[in-house]
Amino acid sequence: MTLDTVGRVNSRIARDLDAAFPDLVRDMQNGIYSGVLRMVPSPADAEDITQETFIRAYRALSEYSRERIHDLNLPGWIWTIALNLCRNAARTRSRRPRTVELDRDAFSGGKGPEAMAMESDENRRWRQLLYQLPAAQRSAVVLRHVVGLSYREIAEATGRPEGTVKADVHRGITRLQEALT
Amino acid sequence: MIDKQLEDLATEAPSTIAPQVLLETGLADGYLRHPGPTGDMFVSFNPRGISSVSLESDAQQFEDQFEVQFRRPVFPVKQLPTRLARALDKALATRRLGTLPIDWDGMTEFQQAVLRKTAEILPGEVRPYSWIAKEIGNPKAVRAVGTALARNPVPIVVPCHRVVRNDGQLGNYYYGTEVKRAVLEAEGMNVDTLQDLADRGIKLTGSDTTHIFCNPTCRDARRTTERHTVEFRNETEARQAGYRPCRHCRPAAVA
Repeated sequence: MTLDTVGRVNSRIARDLDAAFPDLVRDMQNGIYSGVLRMVPSPADAEDITQETFIRAYRALSEYSRERIHDLNLPGWIWTIALNLCRNAARTRSRRPRTVELDRDAFSGGKGPEAMAMESDENRRWRQLLYQLPAAQRSAVVLRHVVGLSYREIAEATGRPEGTVKADVHRGITRLQEALT
Repeated sequence: MIDKQLEDLATEAPSTIAPQVLLETGLADGYLRHPGPTGDMFVSFNPRGISSVSLESDAQQFEDQFEVQFRRPVFPVKQLPTRLARALDKALATRRLGTLPIDWDGMTEFQQAVLRKTAEILPGEVRPYSWIAKEIGNPKAVRAVGTALARNPVPIVVPCHRVVRNDGQLGNYYYGTEVKRAVLEAEGMNVDTLQDLADRGIKLTGSDTTHIFCNPTCRDARRTTERHTVEFRNETEARQAGYRPCRHCRPAAVA
């Protein structure tokens, strides 16, 4: 997302959250899911956390003033929520109860529950590799290279200075390279 | 090189994520198949209550119609939220709206008034369009009442099938007159008797012991034995015979 389109998304959300939010979910879900998937133990956890991230984002946005929404660094802000949930997921492993439970059997399109349950060997290997990294390096590497956030956005998401984030990414990559050779 | 490998880890989110989020935030409605008086029906809901009831048989068709009508998505769910499920079961068993929450958003005040009044008609009874119009304080709006009922998003639970033509004929129904007849018969209405009265131009019946006249399906009218039942073509005829309108079914001004 360029700065310009980000700004326009913010205005749309500030103007009419309910109308803009479904598009925000559609635009960001692949990124959030891809990133979370590399930071939690299982695809089921990743799905749960991705949902919870958006639900919390919606609730927070509906309380925020227009000014506050305008000033938000949306990708960074949403990732703050997601990273918090990822940290908690390591402690509590239970699925969050939903007030309404989707009939998942009716969703065969896209990646169904069966495909999700079967994790490829490749995925498992990457999970192990990434898990060996210190948490800060892991999230920095994932956000930079899997999700494609800018350093500024990662700094926002992790609450760490941009310089530190760059160093985290660099060290993480070096470690991964060592592990792979 | 490792950058590229990491990039390739980006994947598509499961197709269930967005629907579950939209359901949880109330930006989409959930729906499921639910037994109704004449077979299964689709029931949709959101945090405000029941948003639609459909006698459609095909899920895809139901979804398409819903999204055109309400301009928001609808997704299949496993079950209704517990409280809603309980209220719906009770409403269907008693054939009364009771405490079942309805999503009235998106309806005009007039349509809401029509539907709330319609919900007061007891099972086993029917009322003409003009009765609704008069009861909501808009006696001339008979045609508009018909339109509001034709667009009832929650048939069965708001019993628009209990509203009939002013001449007593069953009249139109979104799913056809035959379905209207079936739904009425399922709740114990003798549609043939109703038809017979309509064919003979009888709009009111009275009791020669109480000298009260009623809508023919009023529960008080149905208590009157055949021997004591008198028939009237209109209000004037009844009044001239010295009868007064029933206080329960308020039949006066039925044209």
